[in-house]
Amino acid sequence: MAPMTNAPQPDSEALVDIYRRMLRIERNDDAIRSTIRKGRLQMPYYSARGQEVIPAAISHFLRDDDKICTIYRGIQDMVAKGMPLKPLWAEIAGRVDGTCKGKGGPMHLTHPETGVMVTTGVVGSSMPIANGLGWAAQLDKSDRVVIAYFGDGAANIGAFHESLNLAALWDLPVVFVCPNNGYAEHTSFANSTRAETLAVRAAGYGMPGYRVDGNDPDAMYAAAHQAISRARAGEGPTLLECITFRFMGHVFGDDMSYMAEGELARHLERDPLVKLRQRLIDEGISTEEELESMKAEIDAEVAEARDYGLASPTPSVDELRRDVFAEEMPA
Amino acid sequence: MSATVKMNSLQAVNKALHQAMAADDKVVVFGEDVADNEGGGVTGATKGLSTAFGTDRVRSTPISEQAIIGAAIGAALAGYKAVPEIMLMNFTTVAMDMIHNHAAKLRFMSGGQTSVPITIRTLTGAGWQTAGQHADHLEGWFAHSAGIKVVCPSNPADYAGLLLASIQDPDPVLFVESAGSLFIPGEVPEIITPIPLGKANIVTEGSDVTIVAWSAQTVRCQAALQALAEAGISAELIDLRTISPWDRDTVLASVEKTGRCIVAHEAVRSFGPGAEIAATIAEELFGKLKAPVRRLGGPECAVPFAKALEDAFIVQPADVVATAKALMA
Repeated sequence: MAPMTNAPQPDSEALVDIYRRMLRIERNDDAIRSTIRKGRLQMPYYSARGQEVIPAAISHFLRDDDKICTIYRGIQDMVAKGMPLKPLWAEIAGRVDGTCKGKGGPMHLTHPETGVMVTTGVVGSSMPIANGLGWAAQLDKSDRVVIAYFGDGAANIGAFHESLNLAALWDLPVVFVCPNNGYAEHTSFANSTRAETLAVRAAGYGMPGYRVDGNDPDAMYAAAHQAISRARAGEGPTLLECITFRFMGHVFGDDMSYMAEGELARHLERDPLVKLRQRLIDEGISTEEELESMKAEIDAEVAEARDYGLASPTPSVDELRRDVFAEEMPA
Repeated sequence: MSATVKMNSLQAVNKALHQAMAADDKVVVFGEDVADNEGGGVTGATKGLSTAFGTDRVRSTPISEQAIIGAAIGAALAGYKAVPEIMLMNFTTVAMDMIHNHAAKLRFMSGGQTSVPITIRTLTGAGWQTAGQHADHLEGWFAHSAGIKVVCPSNPADYAGLLLASIQDPDPVLFVESAGSLFIPGEVPEIITPIPLGKANIVTEGSDVTIVAWSAQTVRCQAALQALAEAGISAELIDLRTISPWDRDTVLASVEKTGRCIVAHEAVRSFGPGAEIAATIAEELFGKLKAPVRRLGGPECAVPFAKALEDAFIVQPADVVATAKALMA
């Protein structure tokens, strides 16, 4: 799918790193869904189950000082980038030890220490802000890069057009990463976009654009390497359209009745997490025991984070007056 | 008092931008046509900046208001003091998501981890026959957004001092330049010092009626002062200068003294900022009022083109005088 020449291939170490990030995303997602089901979390949840390869491969090439702007379906991007899970869980539970003291919640997690600068609940709004972070890197004469994550639905909002044009014009070190999971909320890609791909739009902005198999670690590795290297070298932005599928529908509890019969089942058979795990074993990169121990270690981290988050106190109502402005609002 | 220079408010903006950029290399200015290659701004407010400070820090942009404010937010999150220009206030509507949902809210929604110290400069106002999509006073919209300050200066010294304070402020500010005040000359300190946001200016003291105004409406209220004096009415004119946060203490102390109040603004009267001020006065000073608070503002229609209609749309000095006389009757 990726029309790239001399595309680098992930070595064993890179594949294990990508798998570990994917597994951390999936185990965390699984814990969030089961905790919601038990009634111990009340939150709108937009699972990215099935899309794990994309942020895992992208984050493999990111440094701590690189920035990301992501969207309401974005916890996978943060986990892949390295956000600690304890404040993440406290935030989605609306507790004072959360990344945002419980004032942002699951759609607005922010953690500048790990480069998670903005998580937006407005479709498309990650892109204009990512440009500004990229401009700042340019002004600082730093080679740090910025990732703007957004969905296929967001490619049809005006912010996409304005942002890609400006990023190309100013050679900004931004990679526009679009997991195209086939649906904008409940509307299929075919029912919202006449163009066959989103990647073709990049040409209109004078930037490279690639459609890659977002569930294929090799393709994603090559695409991420190329786009991030280009941004880091000061050569400008890239649009990556990463084809994938969301296993849990739009929002937690979605009955997915708008999907064609058998569509979900067909995709579930090709679960990228299961496939990569099998590959690591088949190619002799990892043993069953190693992967089980990796899973146990991650499960323990997630369980500890969940317990920490749920035990954290709720914020004081005084928080309503704090952080509106730098100066606290009068009581 | 340091030495002053005579200039109009547009020149005062330009002077303040030069001073702010020279003092802090984190200050960046950008927007449509703002660099010297494109003329230094549609009004010339940013003239000379790109020549003095380079096109890295002073950039002309495509006509892309969302992208402009988004870039300002991102740069601010990374430590810059961004001063984007949205040519006209009506064009802020194209960037409302970036302003209202993001710039104003990120500090709160991130629990104070991030902040957005940007100053959005914009121009508006009736009087230039530009009609309904180039002249609206929308300060009430932004004052209704928690997390962004709204500054509406009326004279050159205030433009300079308030702009400097806005740029230095740790939070987002909408800085509204008004057509009816931009070219009136006045004295500006040679070295500008910031004027604190949220502090009103008592233009003239009086004992019969308090008049609250801002932007070009302050100029029109000043023009009414002589006629009021001739009618034997002692008016206290307060230039609010900042709409959000607004200086409640100064306004309430004045109305407590006079017992009467007129709030005059160019924005449409219905649901305008005057309603918030009048309601606050009613809540705080109900038993001390000698007359109901009166609001003067634009009629409920778009800013019209024809000169006669545009003149009728604007609250004129004669309207202020007539209202004050009615309150005294």
